[in-house]
Amino acid sequence: MESLTLTDVEQKYYSDLFVYCDTDNTKKVASNGRVLDLFRAAQLPSEVVLQITELCGATRLGHFGRSQFYIALKLIAVAQSGLPLRVESLNSVKDLPLPRFVVAKNEQEARHTALYPDLENQGSYQGVIPRPPGRGQVKKVSTHEVIQPCVPTVEPQPDTTSPVVSPHHSPPLSPQAWRKHKRQASGGNVERQPVVVAGAVWTPFRDAQSGAVVASDGMWSAHSPPPVQESWVSLKDIHPPSSSTLPPMHPSSVQENSSIRTLASATASNEIQRQSSSGYDDPWKITDEQRQYYINQFKTIQPDLNAFIPGSAAKEFFTKSKLPILELSHIWELSDFDKDGALTLDEFCAAFHLVVARKNGYDLPEKLPESLMPKLIDLDDSAEVSDQAPDVGYSGSPVEVTPNKSPSMPSLNQTWPDLNQGNEQWETFSERSSSSQTLTQFDSNIAPADPDTAIVHPVPIRMTPSKIHMQEMELKRTGSDHTHPTSPLMAKPPEHSDEPKLATTLKFVSANSGDAYSSSDSYTSDQDPITSIVTRQRSHSGTSPEGLKVVAAPPPPPPRPHPSHSRSSSLDMNRTFAAVSTGPQQAGVVTYPPAVPPRPLPTQTSGTHSGHRSDEGLAAHSTTSPQQIPEQPNFADFSQFQAFAAADQPGDDGDKQPESLPVEKSSDGPGPLRTIKSDSQEERATAIVNTTKGPIMAPPPKPVRRRLKSEDELQDEAPPPMSNVIATVLATQASIPRSLGKDKKAIQASIRRNKETNTVLARLNSELQQQLKDLLEERISLEVQLEQLRPFSHL
Amino acid sequence: MAVCIAVIAKENYPLYIRSVPTQNELKFHYTVHTSLDVVEEKISAVGKAMADQRELYLGLLYPTEDYKVYGYVTNSKVKFVIVVDSSNASLRDNEIRSMFRKLHNSFTDVMCNPFYNPGDTIRSKAFDGMVSTMMVQTS
Repeated sequence: MESLTLTDVEQKYYSDLFVYCDTDNTKKVASNGRVLDLFRAAQLPSEVVLQITELCGATRLGHFGRSQFYIALKLIAVAQSGLPLRVESLNSVKDLPLPRFVVAKNEQEARHTALYPDLENQGSYQGVIPRPPGRGQVKKVSTHEVIQPCVPTVEPQPDTTSPVVSPHHSPPLSPQAWRKHKRQASGGNVERQPVVVAGAVWTPFRDAQSGAVVASDGMWSAHSPPPVQESWVSLKDIHPPSSSTLPPMHPSSVQENSSIRTLASATASNEIQRQSSSGYDDPWKITDEQRQYYINQFKTIQPDLNAFIPGSAAKEFFTKSKLPILELSHIWELSDFDKDGALTLDEFCAAFHLVVARKNGYDLPEKLPESLMPKLIDLDDSAEVSDQAPDVGYSGSPVEVTPNKSPSMPSLNQTWPDLNQGNEQWETFSERSSSSQTLTQFDSNIAPADPDTAIVHPVPIRMTPSKIHMQEMELKRTGSDHTHPTSPLMAKPPEHSDEPKLATTLKFVSANSGDAYSSSDSYTSDQDPITSIVTRQRSHSGTSPEGLKVVAAPPPPPPRPHPSHSRSSSLDMNRTFAAVSTGPQQAGVVTYPPAVPPRPLPTQTSGTHSGHRSDEGLAAHSTTSPQQIPEQPNFADFSQFQAFAAADQPGDDGDKQPESLPVEKSSDGPGPLRTIKSDSQEERATAIVNTTKGPIMAPPPKPVRRRLKSEDELQDEAPPPMSNVIATVLATQASIPRSLGKDKKAIQASIRRNKETNTVLARLNSELQQQLKDLLEERISLEVQLEQLRPFSHL
Repeated sequence: MAVCIAVIAKENYPLYIRSVPTQNELKFHYTVHTSLDVVEEKISAVGKAMADQRELYLGLLYPTEDYKVYGYVTNSKVKFVIVVDSSNASLRDNEIRSMFRKLHNSFTDVMCNPFYNPGDTIRSKAFDGMVSTMMVQTS
């Protein structure tokens, strides 16, 4: 092979091209598509290409080695400049312009930042890149010089691809070319880890580096036809040199840092810049690689992709980009869609994208571009996405935006490839190592999104009492303890038919409530609601509308909370349930105020007890609440139990409920009651077992639980004697006649469960209150927006 | 439509002041400054009730021949002052309230921006845009 002497620029250029074509990283390029595409892009007649191929020896070898490739490129340049193709011309032609490659496809619009700053320096690109006036050639030269030493380092890096953009393109053409290149590159890039993007992007965040400067120059113009870099230069290449592509702001520093700005890195960053700047077709679209990069960056700050980045952490992060605070402030305003002072993943990606765009010279828009808006509906994950809009009830875009956050989260989770490669290179942010702090901050943020907290917004539930109760029971049984907290809430919805409407507007709640709403009519399975709740939890972070939308696709209703009410729930509720169950069940069960209602007759309580019993019998669950229920009624109804035979269930249910109340109230004599109760429990058990599950299902559990709780509060004893009972009760989930011993155990267990439920419900209550507040705030903001939209009549 | 809108910090220095450019802005600045006295007087009048009962909207601070000055104070003692031209068809009170509410919301958004240091002048395009919608359209 003829010896080939290349200028440094050429060397770099060719090496990048080679890397681009060398998809297999075997240091030799077969005559595969990429090479052919490249050659095709040279816009040379095919025979010329063939000739070139022969000349360079690839035909002989069957593939393009690096030297062959370089020769081919040089020949292309020769051919493009109109010189006859001669082997001798390889070395004889001086000042040969770099081969030009025009990518035909329309790839992503790439901000083709000057991947090859040195090329720009050559001046042959002058026409192409309308550099910002400030960027003088000086910098480029310095970069160029710097690049030279870097070139060798570039070579080994396989990932740099270079959609060759003809630097000679006239400016009008160049954008197109870049775009094409971009697309092509992105096509190739996709194969590689798009880490490059990340690397490139973050280079700016390092101290300015010469390469970066040059690159930034190119970026500024966004017309840089970086001949080579198209692909996401592997961050490996880039990062070590730590070239920063961005800081156009610091041209001086660039020169200082010129140490190793490899072109590769510069180009890589340019690539990234280009891609991130997104081309002219849609300047604000985020490519997949970019998004992956952003996501990884997000992860470095906040490992939970569904949680927020607090404002302070985001501020640190974006401050590293060296953009002026004013611009960063503007970017924040644009990207923080829900104005909550924190960035979700979508918001973060949008902000990052805007930063990159700004770095590349794009002016910041006045309003957030549509493509950057947090999407309402996740494109991929349709499971949860649903048209919650009706449930949501509000039209404000922020609201709509938020719901998307949660759906998009799952999709993002699904679509993230593991960009390990990039991660290491992205560690350029030394400052960002303070992620621990941010992580801790996030923890607090994540807390609300904790699925376990299961903030379930009250959802209106059309209750067919028996069915619902059955479902609830099942849900309770099957659901984990996590779902337990939700269950009480779920129980509430039926009564608070109005509240759910409100809830939907709540951000967080919407996720959950939406679920509830959509599934209110159909208690399907337990697990589904649970999972849906969990997913909603994810969206808890302010993506309520999203959640609502998600829910629209009728996921199974969230597991109904145990019908029993927490302490906060009024005793009336339980009683009401009991009463209602007996009577025609109404969907909008009156939500009794927590005030203790007058104790119903003992008969009623006993009735409820029996109802509870029947619940027990019905549900063969092993979880706590169901078991509690049976216990509670029995527990409460000591005296009354005895009075009642196992017979009348409805009456029993009703009785139980009220009885439970009195039981709770009576602080004296719980002991004797207990003992009696155990006996009565036995009776109850048998009676209940026989009782049909009726509408009583729902109410009985609540009072039972409460009673148990009150029992606990009232006395500390009981457990020992009850342990046996409880144990046995727990063991026997199915409707089985219980012995006295079992009852005791059951009572104790139910007491414990009630306590747990109580705390959970209290927590849920507080969370709901918080949600309500948020909802009201949101409502106010929406009203303000509405007023804004409404033109002033007088003004 | 307002002729001048100002946001005054707790320490009584302006965070943001913008007037209709056609007129002598210094005059408006002076007006806003003097209105601060009235604001102080109003908020001190509440006494023990403090923020609970003290309404954020202070209402008409004082009228002059040419214009009226309305005040609004937040719980963090940030004051908004709106100067409207008297010759305008008198704006209803609720419209003034809505303007203040929008101001407050936009101000909150600015505050939420981590890049904004409280006490800095407000340089937010969103805030400017919102204020522009409320200003008298300069003819």
